[in-house]
Amino acid sequence: MRRRLAHALTPLRLAALVYVGLMLLVLVAAPLLAPADPLAQDVANRLAGPGGAHLLGTDELGRDILSRIVYGARVELLIALGATVVSMLLGTLLGLLGGYFGGIVEVITMRVVVDVLLAFPPIILVLLAVTLRGPGTGTLIVAMGVLFAPTFARIAYGQVISVKRLEFVEAATAFGAPTRTRLFGVILPNISAPLIVQVSLTIATAILLESGLSYLGLGVVPPTPSWGSMVAQGQRYLSSDPHVLLVPGAFVVLTILAFGLVGDALRSGLDPKSRSNR
Amino acid sequence: MTQPVLEKAPPPPAEALLEIEDVSVEFGGGKRWKAVTHDISLSVAPGETVALVGESGSGKSVTAMAVLDLLPANARRTGSIRLAGEELVGASEKRLRQVRGNDVAVIFQEPMTALNPVYTIGHHLAQAIRSHRDVSKAEAAERAVELLRQVHMPSPEEKVKHYPHQLSGGQRQRAMIAMAMASEPRLLIADEPTTALDVTVQAEILDLVRELQQRTGMGVLIITHDMGVVADVSDRVVVMRDGRVVESAPSRELFTRPQHDYTKALLEAVPRLGSGTTSSAVADRAAPPVLQLEGVAIEYPGSWRKSGFRAGHDLDISVAPGEIVGLVGESGSGKSTIGRLAMGLLPVAEGRMEIGGRDVSAGSRADLAHVRSQVSMVFQDPASSLDPRRTIGQSITDPLRWTGKLTSAKACRARAQELLDDVRLPKEWVDRYPHELSGGQRQRVGIARAMATNPRLLVADEPTSALDVSVQAAVLDLFSDLQREHGFSCLFITHDLSVVEQLATSVVVLQHGRVVEQGPTAQVLDAPQEDYTRRLIAAAPVPDPDLQAQRRAQRLAG
Repeated sequence: MRRRLAHALTPLRLAALVYVGLMLLVLVAAPLLAPADPLAQDVANRLAGPGGAHLLGTDELGRDILSRIVYGARVELLIALGATVVSMLLGTLLGLLGGYFGGIVEVITMRVVVDVLLAFPPIILVLLAVTLRGPGTGTLIVAMGVLFAPTFARIAYGQVISVKRLEFVEAATAFGAPTRTRLFGVILPNISAPLIVQVSLTIATAILLESGLSYLGLGVVPPTPSWGSMVAQGQRYLSSDPHVLLVPGAFVVLTILAFGLVGDALRSGLDPKSRSNR
Repeated sequence: MTQPVLEKAPPPPAEALLEIEDVSVEFGGGKRWKAVTHDISLSVAPGETVALVGESGSGKSVTAMAVLDLLPANARRTGSIRLAGEELVGASEKRLRQVRGNDVAVIFQEPMTALNPVYTIGHHLAQAIRSHRDVSKAEAAERAVELLRQVHMPSPEEKVKHYPHQLSGGQRQRAMIAMAMASEPRLLIADEPTTALDVTVQAEILDLVRELQQRTGMGVLIITHDMGVVADVSDRVVVMRDGRVVESAPSRELFTRPQHDYTKALLEAVPRLGSGTTSSAVADRAAPPVLQLEGVAIEYPGSWRKSGFRAGHDLDISVAPGEIVGLVGESGSGKSTIGRLAMGLLPVAEGRMEIGGRDVSAGSRADLAHVRSQVSMVFQDPASSLDPRRTIGQSITDPLRWTGKLTSAKACRARAQELLDDVRLPKEWVDRYPHELSGGQRQRVGIARAMATNPRLLVADEPTSALDVSVQAAVLDLFSDLQREHGFSCLFITHDLSVVEQLATSVVVLQHGRVVEQGPTAQVLDAPQEDYTRRLIAAAPVPDPDLQAQRRAQRLAG
């Protein structure tokens, strides 16, 4: 186990892990870490470049970009993690039930629910939710959670199909394990590794999608800072003050990359068969 | 019959077709290499069959695969391997490709995985033919039929159009052999070619290999763990253990006068029919039976829109308290199906099943709870029947927790230790995981789990067929001891008649889901009434070359 861990953690992945750790710290302690109020306007210093009084500069209203990044990260991660948890619970349950029971249950879970969800273009689906319920954190978490559930469902389904044929599952039936125990006590622990890997990849996808939605003005409601809307606003100053766009943009890219790398590390750390190839 | 064994004196080295000299196979990479076989030397002459024997992990397969350099990427071979005088270690990849399939052909254990499921048998054969010879498609197709005819495939003109899954296991192995013979190889390497097959089919395949060898004069290197197969086909035997050759001798000599202690132990461990050891179990026929089947039919439930499949017909079987009933038959005979029925994993489709005096044919929730309190099961493959994510202590007591008999973790742990002790495993192992144990130790854990609920009836589904012979003997001994101590009844499912003879008080012979013959063990095995039973007994290979030669002559004459 220890050797596998050492094998899975390349320097790059380790850096990604540290970055993700910092992000989680920001999530809980944003007010303590941000140097200024993200909404306070320092008009005298508007569009100031990085360095000086404002470490990463200010935007067109003179708001401290670093503070906005920190508060934005909080919203970003809250939505991404929330959506991931929702999709993991929902998707795993659908896949588990469909794979285990087969027959009519499979038709309902995998065909009716999952395949229909997959048929919707993601943006349209979220647009629909936002139109119906109005933009906001809660709407985004639920909409994106439902949107990402099919991936978890398919992974879980495939795993259940192969695991349920194994003799130890039949042994559990033979020795009188109730269905609930078989599903959650025997099968679930044995299919969890690829699902855990998928969690970190889904977080990355969720951050990307949320940024995109905020960029389009469909995500978090202003004035709450969000990376996507910061990029959208910064666009206008691209030629004169590129940092207004580049700083939040860089954080979007870095964060997605970091969660992706953590996913890779988990994959090789949890799966004894895979060999790390960076 | 003249004995082919005597015609072939051990050939002088110059004539040898294949010479392996001081070959070691090492796994690793960079600077760290670990040898798994050490200085193996052996030779195969034209027309000779050499058997490479050993238990799992002895390095026999790795040695054979080293000949064609079919080793994994992280392995390397050292030493000298010569094919008709030509050095193959260090030969170019191009030359090795020519040798593979052309001069040396390989057949594998499981023909289903060795054949590509999306191509027909004819396509496979035509490919094999055209890769060695420049012939037209039509000629190749013709030759494919001809090859199938040579391996005695029934209706070869039809079979070329079939896909691998449409053939039976034996037919698939015939197709593999036909592919191997396409290039008329000088050497055939057969890696456990009959392990996945039933005994009667095994005998046919071995006869076929022998016939082809006599016709073409090729050398055969057969890798097997089965001493019966060795006695049947080999001229010379090389015994391997832990990556070393422990003994190498002409077949008859090895079986009559084994020199090395390991060879002796290996031969002693092989259960043989008519060895005189019989069951120690005592059936109490006066008491009501533990399991009683009357006119039972079993059906695998169909899925949505598909109808079920009937795997058992008109079964009348009864198991008395303390009795061990051996269920024997070939694959598809329904023996495992009956075990699953008794365990409540399959419903009774027709007829009546009584367990411990209670009619459980209806299969209600209460019936199933009753079945589970009385019946328990040992599974075939201990590697897959234990949850890899649970400690063996947890696995052993899971049946108790699931049925609500024990709930506290402390009580479970204590009971697990007790049960480990019963199956002669150290108590301290409760916290170990299955992958830390050997196959035999895992099966002991499987037995301990089955004993946890103090069952009145134990269903044992081929509990030793995944184990090496020496381990098998120890597990069977343990099983008999436990049966004597606890007096449970047992349905012992196996394809191995010699195991039945040792263990069972009575035998049920099955074919195509029906009972062919049943009665006390001695009666069925010594004086079988049915033709099918006689064929089963005759096909089971025994570790005695002379007896095997006699039987082969009988088989080919009849």
